[in-house]
Amino acid sequence: MKMTGAQMVVSTLEKNGVKVVFGYPGAANCPIIDKLSFSSIKHILTRNEQGAAHMASGYARVTKTAGVCTATSGPGATNLITGIATAYMDSVPMVVLTGQVGLPLVGKDAFQEVDITGATLPFTKHNYLVKDGLDIPRIVNEAFHIANTGRPGPVLIDFPMDILKQEFEYPDAEEELNIKGYKLLGKASEPQIKKVAEAIKAAQRPMILAGGGVVISDAVSEFRAFDDITNIPVMSTMMGVGVMNSTDRNYYGMLGSHGSRAANALINKADLLVVMGSRLGDRTTAHASRALEYKCRLIHIDIDPAEIGKNIQPYIPVVGDIKDVISQLKPLLQDYKVSEEWDKEAQEIKERFAQKIVTEDTGTVNPKYFLKRLCAKVGSNAYIATEVGQNQIWTTNYYDFTSPRNFLTSGGFGTMGYGLPAAIGASTAQKKLPVFSIMGDGSFQMNLPEMGTMCQWDIPVKMVVFKNNRLGMVHEHQFMLYNSNYQAVYLDGSPDFNKLADAYGIKNSYIKENSQIDGAIDEMMKDNESYLLVLEVDPYETTGDSLNEKPMTVKEDN
Amino acid sequence: MERYTLSVLVENRAGVLSRVVGLFSRRGFNIESLSVGPTQDERISRITIEVIGDELLLEQISKQLSKLIDVIKIKTLRSSEIVKRGLVLVKVKVTPKTRSEVMEITNVFRANIVDISTSTLVIELTGGNGKLNAFLEMIEPYGIEEIAKTGMTALERGTNTLKLDK
Repeated sequence: MKMTGAQMVVSTLEKNGVKVVFGYPGAANCPIIDKLSFSSIKHILTRNEQGAAHMASGYARVTKTAGVCTATSGPGATNLITGIATAYMDSVPMVVLTGQVGLPLVGKDAFQEVDITGATLPFTKHNYLVKDGLDIPRIVNEAFHIANTGRPGPVLIDFPMDILKQEFEYPDAEEELNIKGYKLLGKASEPQIKKVAEAIKAAQRPMILAGGGVVISDAVSEFRAFDDITNIPVMSTMMGVGVMNSTDRNYYGMLGSHGSRAANALINKADLLVVMGSRLGDRTTAHASRALEYKCRLIHIDIDPAEIGKNIQPYIPVVGDIKDVISQLKPLLQDYKVSEEWDKEAQEIKERFAQKIVTEDTGTVNPKYFLKRLCAKVGSNAYIATEVGQNQIWTTNYYDFTSPRNFLTSGGFGTMGYGLPAAIGASTAQKKLPVFSIMGDGSFQMNLPEMGTMCQWDIPVKMVVFKNNRLGMVHEHQFMLYNSNYQAVYLDGSPDFNKLADAYGIKNSYIKENSQIDGAIDEMMKDNESYLLVLEVDPYETTGDSLNEKPMTVKEDN
Repeated sequence: MERYTLSVLVENRAGVLSRVVGLFSRRGFNIESLSVGPTQDERISRITIEVIGDELLLEQISKQLSKLIDVIKIKTLRSSEIVKRGLVLVKVKVTPKTRSEVMEITNVFRANIVDISTSTLVIELTGGNGKLNAFLEMIEPYGIEEIAKTGMTALERGTNTLKLDK
């Protein structure tokens, strides 16, 4: 059949089940935008291409399938980059469609030309520059397959404008997918899993570290069932928050530089650590790398063989999908239970480090208490997106997540500006649950214009801004490591956020006492529309539950 | 630290080499030598890469390379089980007096003289790293004008092959 390249792109997107494309037009991707308007797919115009990428990423985390975004060549494409790298680091499936200058102009430094496939090589799972319009259906199908399967990730396709506009005679039957260099994993090795079972039985003080891989392989209920039987203490990485119900007695919080004290203390006592679906990134092992290298035997289970042995050499490596591994492991440990002494010791440590939260009125809202109250009121009947900084760590440690898919955060890449657009993406993906965007006044201002997207497309997001008039995380960092020389962290010049919300026609309120929290949350939840709640927060409130905790000193300021 | 040889089958497409090389540089691996060319199946190229490191590094390189979609197959070749050759072209200064000496050395190494002028010889030699280096060492005192050296390329001895799965 005769079709233009752009028509074929859109038709293949439809065949892959795409409902929404987040994007921003320009000359080079205009052919796609044009054809989208004749399709079943909705195009959501964002305010910056970076927003489009984060929205696709948030959309993907909720729908468990690749989110799609588009931008034009040159600056449009480079604006996507932060969003692509964010998705790559957290293994989020995404298909990115960029326009490119016409093929005869490629390499000539044409207007708005950039080598986007070259630029994104290090942080895409794969990318394509289309050179023949007849390849379009194959490439788009491959892109979805690669993005969604195995360890998911972003795939970028760069479409030269002339190919999008040109007509091609496409064969009626589609080519079958056959990517020689991309084969999916089979079942995990049985002998290796037997070794894991033996090692767990032989250990005195075993622990499990649950990572994002447990979430991606949809193994949360299997994981919990496994832990119900074995009773092994569990901690998680940031991407694994919610794999265990946060209030479960066997859950000890997040491990790492901003994790819970209990988890960081326990890892240094464990003699065996079973890592499921985690890269063992430097932030996760910040307080544990010595223990992991010298004291504690490490079992590393991951779908990506390259993650095993990349950062820490394991005692037993297992390559496999977590769901498959747990289903094989569970029968072998049917009669196993962790020793009572270890269980008791772990519980004692957890109790000892339990933190008391300030709940009385002090002139500012305690963010930790706010998150506890928000959780008490909406619990797992909401999606919670965070930005990066103190707001993220507070949310991770004080919102009691009961399911991991409800928590959207930029873990590996630590991208400020992620949360608001990701929340818009999550809210586009489903209408059932409210979506909260928890932010600081720094990160809010990174992608703040996306409030326009929210209004234009009627996408409700409940925005919460912890206002302390500074970049709180860096402020804390400068307290700990730069002798309280607070530099470049003050946000003087910020607008009145409530007036700004008014200007967008978004309902809003401002509170500064703990006793106002419940009323403010109720007010925010009243209607199914966007809302901005600004909370005055003590600038010296720390993230605090890590091993380093000391109260920040007041050395004001200048 | 040891020298390893990796034989990598890749899609013969534009940009594939930059994916492979880019991976080495951004992961902080060093390439000792590299050669690339199409195989008997023109859709497939073979890249031969020499690296110096330990087993762990080699394993990590090999796993990271496998993740590239355009990489089809990888094999680590043991030096005892392969034939490995590189090519060097070297332009040497000669005088009427030294020309025959250089030609004698060339003969000993079974190298070929491929160009001659009144004051220079261009000599071609294939062989493993050891042989090439030994030859260059012998020639060096006469005055080397220029060297052009390829990376090593290698095949397994005997009936073993690195082929696509059917």
